[in-house]
Amino acid sequence: MFNKWTFEGGIHIPYNKRLTQSLPIENYPLPQKIVVPVLMHIGAPAKVVVKVGDNVSKGQCVAEADGFVSSPAFSSISGIVSSIGMFKHISGKLVTGVEITADGRNDELRFEPIKNWREQSPSILMRRIGDCGIVGMGGAGFPTQVKLLPHRDKKVNALIINAAECEPYLTTDHRLMLEETDKILKGVKILQKILSVRYVFISIEKNKTDAIYVMKKKATTKEYYGIKIIPLETKYPQGGEKQLISTVLNREVPSGKLPIDAACVVLNVASAAAVCDAVLEGIPLTERVITVTGNAVKRPGNYIVPIGTYVKEILEYCRTDFSKIKKVIAGGPMMGKSLPDICVPVMKQTSGLLVLDTITPSYSKNNCINCGNCVKACSIHLVPSLLAKYFEKDMYEEALKRNVMDCMECGCCSYVCPAKINILHRIRTCKSYITQKRAKESLTQVK
Amino acid sequence: MENENLLHISFSPHIRGTQTITKIMLDVIIALIPALIASVLIFGLRALLMTLAAVAAAVTTEHIISVFLLKKKTTVGDLSAVVTGMLLAFNLPVAINPAMTILGAVFAIAIVKCAFGGLGFNFMNPALAGRAFLLASYPMAMTGSIFARSGYLGKLPENLSGINIDAISGASAIDGISTATPLVAIKIIQAVKTIELTDLQDSFYSLFIGNIGGTIGETSVLALLLGGIYLIYRGIINPVVPALYIGGVFLLYLIFGQTDVSFFSGTAFTVAMFQILSGGLFLGAFFMATDMTTTPITAKGQAIFAAGCAIITFIIREFGGYPEGCSYSILLMNLFTPLIDKCVKPRVYGTGRKR
Repeated sequence: MFNKWTFEGGIHIPYNKRLTQSLPIENYPLPQKIVVPVLMHIGAPAKVVVKVGDNVSKGQCVAEADGFVSSPAFSSISGIVSSIGMFKHISGKLVTGVEITADGRNDELRFEPIKNWREQSPSILMRRIGDCGIVGMGGAGFPTQVKLLPHRDKKVNALIINAAECEPYLTTDHRLMLEETDKILKGVKILQKILSVRYVFISIEKNKTDAIYVMKKKATTKEYYGIKIIPLETKYPQGGEKQLISTVLNREVPSGKLPIDAACVVLNVASAAAVCDAVLEGIPLTERVITVTGNAVKRPGNYIVPIGTYVKEILEYCRTDFSKIKKVIAGGPMMGKSLPDICVPVMKQTSGLLVLDTITPSYSKNNCINCGNCVKACSIHLVPSLLAKYFEKDMYEEALKRNVMDCMECGCCSYVCPAKINILHRIRTCKSYITQKRAKESLTQVK
Repeated sequence: MENENLLHISFSPHIRGTQTITKIMLDVIIALIPALIASVLIFGLRALLMTLAAVAAAVTTEHIISVFLLKKKTTVGDLSAVVTGMLLAFNLPVAINPAMTILGAVFAIAIVKCAFGGLGFNFMNPALAGRAFLLASYPMAMTGSIFARSGYLGKLPENLSGINIDAISGASAIDGISTATPLVAIKIIQAVKTIELTDLQDSFYSLFIGNIGGTIGETSVLALLLGGIYLIYRGIINPVVPALYIGGVFLLYLIFGQTDVSFFSGTAFTVAMFQILSGGLFLGAFFMATDMTTTPITAKGQAIFAAGCAIITFIIREFGGYPEGCSYSILLMNLFTPLIDKCVKPRVYGTGRKR
């Protein structure tokens, strides 16, 4: 089998990682005030378990997981619960949050470390991962323990650790691999045991040569037997789950299904490091590495930031020229969200803050010239321009037939479009119309 | 906080590529420049003036229609009208009346492009449609071009020119065509069975360089090839299309071109070479069959399009009364484009055979 360690489609974009890729991870000073939102994951919001006026320590649970796909939230500083209410969230919505004011005591709560994890059953390890509130830290925020759960009739025979970091500007995973190699590899071993898979593939894009070198050197030792480092072509969206599975395993996730249907699990590399902390140290997920970068930031870098810190404070700390800010993006520029307000707390899945001093050129009213660039760029092999045209004409059935729901919203089509048509936005709206319609139909059926 | 109201919100992706329609058109114009230079060297300054006239007419027409008729912002800035004008001029004989050139450009832009909604909505290549329109309206002027000896390179290959002029004078009754383009010449020569293989072989060099008769832009294979390679290098066109088109015509002539000699013989090879080097095949294959708007959007569809062009070109050249099948083959396949797009779908990730 001839494998070039890449997939069909995708685009080459200026990565702009030089700003921060050589800057070591720095500790961010303890913030005076944080807000812990109850919704920092995909699934049901967590349930607040503290009252206003309560003393909380760092690592203390302030909101419990509520439901099957849910994740608890922890205080990342020690302090007093000063208010519980609706706070602005990165998504722009108002979400219940717990505001904690620091008291300077610096006491910390931890779980009992599971030092003999090799002898423990997968369910105990999995419970610990769930208890520590670990979610996919690449951006989606899917609770990790749910991904690890054994599925009936579905075998898992491979684990892929996603360290591609294909989004431009972001360097958190890159730095983490250089500085916390052991932590990552230990976390990977724990995950390997839980899933009882023979091989684990850590996939890293080739532009991170130093990380590949360091990881390879460590992974070849006896202790980490069974871990393979896969250098991937530098290409966006190489870090997409579906792209990774086809690149590394030469398998495809069936349309409308999950990676588990291709007999594999994909987890982010930062999540693997968090798993190591959770199991071996008993530390819940209270802080994470964030890349703060962009042309308006005077001190860009990679920072360990307590979850719940206000974006505004972080930007101030990084000496951002506030008069220059035009746009702040949580995450990378391709799939991240632009923030309507910077008075929002950072979350578990916030991998970066990108501050731009220019605005994206607006979308023109050009006609589609049928150039086919979007077709070439689409890594799912859709015909994006056609789907956008279907949306404009309200032809949702046709769009469904052409697999509109398989779009992973990577944005390649909009990026390459010479007519500057916002193809992705049209497809996204089309998808949400279809989802709404389906929900309505299923409701009427119930009635 | 005073800044929060100023934050710009938009949907992802937040960065955009640098490619624009204008840049694509500019690349096509750059790719056409070698052919333009070749045409001036071969046919003289008149070729340049003709091209300028066609471009001016095309741009003016588009401007007038979009500003005065449709009351919109002018769209001439995207340079697509310039490309249409250039390609139309390249498809016309040098001796044609300038008024006809202008009429062709106006028809191409006004009827074929703007009437259907402008750039991106035309269902067939405007330049080729303009040529077809002129061919139908003024068949004599369109095919009656004599090779202009005023050009700087202008020297007819002795062997072909000698036969040509005799053949034309002797056979002017056939189809009423009197022209000196190589394809017509060979058709007449074949009719009177005076073909000499060595004559054909000797003409290859001239055909490649382009100092032969024909329309302004089609004669120099070398110049067109340079432009085509530039477009492939810039990623504007799919190299499969010209390869399949030219290769297809070559192969068809190799196999079916000479029924009285054995397949893949030297004769068949010579005839096939002559066929691909002459006529507007390279111009069509690199610049017209790759037109984005009027060809299928998927790579597979484009391959089918190119193969279809090759087959139709062969049929017209071999069995039709008209010597040049290139433009009609592309126009015909343009009409099939929506059908090809409907039938040829890329295999979506996670569906179909592979698991």
